[in-house]
Amino acid sequence: MPRHPGLPLPVALAALLLTGAVAGAEPIAPADRRSGFDQMSAEIQTMQRDDDANPGMLAVVDGAELWTKPPSSSRPACAGCHGEASSSMRGVAARYPAWDARTARPIDLQGRINACRRTHQGADPLAYESPDLLALTAFVATQSRGQRIAPPEDARLAPARAEGRALFEARMGQLGLSCAICHDENWGRRLGAAAIPQGQPTGYPLYRLEWQGMGSLQRRLRNCLTGMRAEPFGYGAPEYVALEAYLATRAAPLPVETPAVRP
Amino acid sequence: MARTLINLPKTAKPGEVITIKTLISHPMETGFRPGADGRILPRNIVTEFVCRFEDEEIFRAELFPASAANPYLTFTWVATASGRFSFTWRGDDGFDQTESAAITVA
Repeated sequence: MPRHPGLPLPVALAALLLTGAVAGAEPIAPADRRSGFDQMSAEIQTMQRDDDANPGMLAVVDGAELWTKPPSSSRPACAGCHGEASSSMRGVAARYPAWDARTARPIDLQGRINACRRTHQGADPLAYESPDLLALTAFVATQSRGQRIAPPEDARLAPARAEGRALFEARMGQLGLSCAICHDENWGRRLGAAAIPQGQPTGYPLYRLEWQGMGSLQRRLRNCLTGMRAEPFGYGAPEYVALEAYLATRAAPLPVETPAVRP
Repeated sequence: MARTLINLPKTAKPGEVITIKTLISHPMETGFRPGADGRILPRNIVTEFVCRFEDEEIFRAELFPASAANPYLTFTWVATASGRFSFTWRGDDGFDQTESAAITVA
C-alpha cells in the first residue's frame, strides 16, 4: 500500500518538491503488484471481461484478418510462416520486449511486427498508432491473455532495463515529477479525481475510454510525459523500448490482459 | 465496411428470453470538435439502429452526438420461432450497414 496513507497527495508532492528529496522509490514487491484493472469501476471491469462488449475486440478481429492477408501477392502473410497464431504466438507478448539479434538492440512487440514486415514481407512498416499496427499487435498479444508476464533472462537486455529504470525514476519536465513518484510511491491514492494505478503495462494495446479508441503503451507513456510537462520522446524512440523493458520486469508475474479496457 | 461483433445464442427454447449484444466500429465524431488544423470536424455518427426478426421490427434505437465511439447496444427478445435477425446501422454520410444472424428455436 502507499507510503503515507494519511497525507493528501498535494501535501506529499509539495513536501517532496520542497525538500528536493530524491525519489528513492523502491520498486513494488512482486506480491504487491496490482493491475490497474483492480482499481476500475465494476462497470468497466465487466466491459473488459465480456468479449462481446469489449471494444478492443474489434481491433483483435481486424488483426486476425490481417494475420492471414499477404501484404503483396509474392510474399507470405503472417500466417504463411507462423501458422495458427493461437499456438505459435501464445506467450510471445508475455516475454517482450526481447533482444533483436539483427539490430543488436532490444525490440518491443510492435517493433518486431514492423521488422518482420520489412524483412520477410517486403512491405513498408506500419505507422505507430495506425489502426493496422494496433490491430496486429493486439491480435498477437491477445494470444497470451492470462499468461504471466515473464521477461526473458537475457543479460543483453540488462542495460536497457537499467536505462528504463533510470528514466522511470528520473525527474522530468516543468513539474519535476518522475514516473516513480506517482506509480511507486503514491499508487492507490488520487491525483485530482483520478485513481493513481501502479502503471503496470499488462493490457497493451488497450482500449482507453478517454481516447475513444485503441492505443499502444508508447502512446500512454507520451500522455504521462505530457502530463508531467516534459517533452515526449518521438514514437519508436529507444527510450520507450528501454522503459517498456523495465516495466515488464516491474510487472512480472501479473497476467497479460490484452485487449484491456481502461477509463 | 465497419467491423461488427454480434452475439446471440445459436439455439433457444420457445418462450426463453435471450440477450442480443451488438458492437460496431464507428468513430461517432460529434461535429463539435476541432481537428488538428483547428477547423470543426464534420459530424459523423450512427443515427439509427434497427433489429428485425424475419421482417418484423423488434428493436430500434436513435443515437445522438453524445454517444461514445463504437456504440454497444444490447437488448432482449422472447424466443418464438426459428429464423433470421437482421441488424441495420444507418448514419451520416450515407452510412448504411446490415448484418444478419440466425437462431434455431426448438
